[in-house]
Parts: sequence; C-alpha cells; structure tokens
Amino acid sequence: MMKSSVRSLILLRGIDMRTIGLIFRREFSAYFATPLAAVFLAIFLALAAGMCFFVAGFFDRAQADLSGFFLWHPWLFLVLMPAVAMRLWAEERRSGTIELLMTLPVHVWEVVVGKWLAAWAFAGLALVLTMPVWITVNFLGSPDNGVILASYIGSWLMAGAFLAISSCISALTKSQVLAFISSAAVGFLFVMAGFDLVLAGLRSWAPPLVLDVVRSMSFIGNFQRITDGVLEMPSMIFFVSLIIFALWLNVQAIDVKKAA
Amino acid sequence: MALVETRDLVKKFGDLTAVDHISFTVGRGEVVGFLGPNGAGKSTTMKIISGFLEPTSGSAFIAGHDSHADPILARRHLGYLPEGAPAYSDMSVAAFLEFVAGMHGLSRATANNRLAELVERVDLAGVWNQRIESLSKGFKRRVGIAQALVHDPDVLVLDEPTDGLDPNQKHEMRQLIRSIAANKAIVISTHILEEVEAICSRAIIIAKGRMLADATPQQLMERAPEQGSFAITISSAQPQVAVDLLGAQSGVARIEIVRHSNGSARLLVHAGEVKPNAQDLISLLGRSNIVVEEFYQERARLDEVFRQITHSVAGH
Repeated sequence: MMKSSVRSLILLRGIDMRTIGLIFRREFSAYFATPLAAVFLAIFLALAAGMCFFVAGFFDRAQADLSGFFLWHPWLFLVLMPAVAMRLWAEERRSGTIELLMTLPVHVWEVVVGKWLAAWAFAGLALVLTMPVWITVNFLGSPDNGVILASYIGSWLMAGAFLAISSCISALTKSQVLAFISSAAVGFLFVMAGFDLVLAGLRSWAPPLVLDVVRSMSFIGNFQRITDGVLEMPSMIFFVSLIIFALWLNVQAIDVKKAA
Repeated sequence: MALVETRDLVKKFGDLTAVDHISFTVGRGEVVGFLGPNGAGKSTTMKIISGFLEPTSGSAFIAGHDSHADPILARRHLGYLPEGAPAYSDMSVAAFLEFVAGMHGLSRATANNRLAELVERVDLAGVWNQRIESLSKGFKRRVGIAQALVHDPDVLVLDEPTDGLDPNQKHEMRQLIRSIAANKAIVISTHILEEVEAICSRAIIIAKGRMLADATPQQLMERAPEQGSFAITISSAQPQVAVDLLGAQSGVARIEIVRHSNGSARLLVHAGEVKPNAQDLISLLGRSNIVVEEFYQERARLDEVFRQITHSVAGH
C-alpha cells in the first residue's frame, strides 16, 4: 500500500488533465440527469436566504454586510455537502460500475480528483446562485465587497473540505445512506472542533498542544476568521490542506479495498 | 507470446481461498472458456486478471504487462466486461461509449470511427441516444460488449457475456464473439456448456478455486462416460438373449436393460477401452433374428464430463 501511494504521489505530476476532465464532465452532468440538482439548489437557496433574512435578522440589523448570511454556511454545508458527495463512490460500488471504471487505463488519483472537482463545481454553482443576496446588500448600502469576496471564496473552500471528507467516506461503502450519515457525523466534529462539546472530551487527558491543534481545525473558527476579514490566509490554507489530505485518504481507501 | 498469462494466482478472502494456484496462458486466436460451478472462483480470477483485485500471491499478465505492477499499460490492451455488464445508467449509450473511448485516450476522430463501426457490429443504432437504464437486458449486455471493444484491444475478458439473454440474443452474442476471435485472445466465463462447444477453442474447468482441467472441448468429451456407447431398442420378449450375444463382443464392457415392456426392450451398451463397432453389433443382432427398432450412438455430453470432473472436489 505504501509503495502504491508513493507511486500515486509521483504520478500526480503527470496527471492526465484529459482524464480528469472526462470524469469531471461525466460526474457534473450526472447531477443534472435527475431532478436531484434542481431540488438541491432550491433547498440550498431557500435555506441560505431564509437563515439570512429571518433567523439572522438581516433587515433588523441594518448593517450593510453579509455576516448574517455566511454565519449559517457551516451548518448548511454540514447537511447539504454530504448529500452532494454521498453518491460519488457509493453509487459506483452499488451498481458495480467501479469495476468498469477502475479497469480503464487511468490512475486512481485522476478519478478521485475529477469526481471531487465535479462536486465542488456543483457547490460553486449553488454559491453563485446566491448572488441576489449580494446584489441586495449593495443596493441597500455600501458593504466591504473585498470581505464579501473573501467570504465567498472561504465558503467555497469550506464546502470543498466537506466534500473531500464525504467523498473519502463514500469510497468505503456501497450504501449512500451510510455514507451520508457518517460524513455528516465526521463533518459535525470538524464544525464543533472549537467548542466544548468536542474539547471537553479531550481536556481531561490530552496535552494542551493537542487541544490547540483540535481547536485550530474548527470549521466555524476558521470560517469566521475569513468572514471577519482578518487572518484569511492561514484559514484558507487550512481548508486547502484539509482537502488535499482527505483526497489522499480517498485514494488510499480505494487501494485498500482493492487488496481486501 | 501469450497475450494472457496467470502464474500461480492465489486469492484469499479471510479463511476462504477463492483462487488456488491458477496458472494458464491464452494466445492470439484462442477463445478460452472458463467453466465452473457458481462460486468456483471464475469471477475472482477475472477480476485479478483485469487488475480490479490484487492477488494474495502470484501474478497476471496482459500482453506481457503485469496487471498490478504495470496496470496502465496492461489495461490499454484489455477489454473487460465485468459480471453483470455494469454501465452508468444515467448516461445515453452514445455518451457512455464516448466516455469510455476518451478514457482509453482515443482522439475524437478515432473514437467516432470506432463507434460508427461498433454501432453496426453490435447492432446498437436503434438505442444510440437512449438512456442505458431504459434498455432491455440484451441491449445492456451489448453496450457492455461495445464498451469492451471500443479501443480494439488485443485481449478480451468477458465475465458471463450471455448471462440472462434469450436464445436469439445468445446466438447473436456468440456470433459476435466468433467474428472477432481470430486476432484476439479471449477469455469468457460461463456455466452454459453448449456455449463452450459453440465458441471455445479451449476450456478450463475450475471448482473451489482450483484448476481441474485445461483441454479442448473434444479432449474433454473423450472423458465422457457415455463416449462410444450405444442405446439399442429391440423388439424381443426375451432381451436377455440379446444381452448375452452383445456382451460377448469385444469392446463391450457392460450392458444395462433400461426398459422392458410390451415385447420391446431398450439396452444401453457401455463401451470399454476399445470401442465396439456399430456395424458389427447391428449385423450380429440381425443374424440372430432380433429386430432392431432403434440404434443410437450416444453422443458425449460436456455436462456429464463437467459433473464428473467437478464432483471429485465437491466433497471437500
């Protein structure tokens, strides 16, 4: 296993963009082959706008920013991103197409990246469709559009992290339901990593360094630093690193199943 | 050079040995039938050859490339139809085959040429733009075959290509396989024995993961217990007379009276090492004024051989 993962990393340099592109196109259009995409986008937009305007009291706050809009993204993504990614691998296992796919002359890496990119692009599309919220806030006042852009990028990266984790978990099962529930559970730990709910369990025995590391992996904490417009870079790098690590694990998950 | 080769393949799932030291080679122009009862290890062996599963030990080669150490090169030469002919059900036939062609690295022009040829050959024109989930089993199987042929590979590994097809579709599938056999090495798994007689130049029988036979269908038939025996129906109230007469003939090992009623009897004459001559038996009976109503030479049946061979390990 070690050998093959080293090989995968070396091959990363020689990744065939065409293969990734083909996988990406297939997966992305698969979202639109069923009404699932439309339903998902509708739910996402309704929730995102509803949370912003009603729960967070966008109009009452009378502030020209979108912090009330982005505030809810970790929670929305916690439920919605596993739903986007759950079919990526579990469906291939259930229908047997994984046997077809993995006996084509392609590297596991290319497939993993192509699939994740498709899911990420879909999440990106959902975010783009929230544009009216941004237009509204610009119409009503003059917000700091730099912070809003950074927040959108941060939100997209956080979605990517959720998707990478969910894709990795999806590779371990042929049940989409199981993939969804497990991914949401793992995602919940990341979302809550900065809170006592997770930290209390560690505090009694783990050294302070571990507590700091866990706290630093909090999705809410990292995302907040981005939406606050302070210290964006380290948090962006955190999300990117997490994506790369989860995708690497995803490749391992496929390789392990092969030898089982 | 052998296009497919397995060397001492072993695959264990926990305590179960699914594939137990399987070694064979397949050359160009050969169609090898992989036979065995359900759960014999046919599919597992094919999954290892295709590189989908890693063997516990041993290795498999496609066109000289190790399917695990060198998977990309090996797979360029491989057309593989997995068990059940899986395909992306949400895609149209055209989109699916174009996808597979692209994944094999075919340029758009080459892919279009190949696909145009395959549409004819596999007869997919009528469903070209239909979604795969809406296709009948026969068409799905054809799509699976087309997918395996897209890049014109040297090696075809087809796991139960005719499973679930109706007799006409089976016939068409066999004709298709025969028509492409000449310049490829083909391995098909099946448990339909007539299929082996119809298209295979060689048959490998496995059971409980072990190879029990590797021979041409003719060689296998010669092992059949009824090879060279005769079924004779005579009209006689006393068949024992005929039995005594025939039993004295050279080459006759044993005679059974299968049925005896209304002055007619059916005898089964089992042959020994040397086969008795049919002409001799008929004239012998004629000389003794025994009326022969029917005289058959029993044709060896592969399923008898198959049963005999696989039963020897079934007791384990």
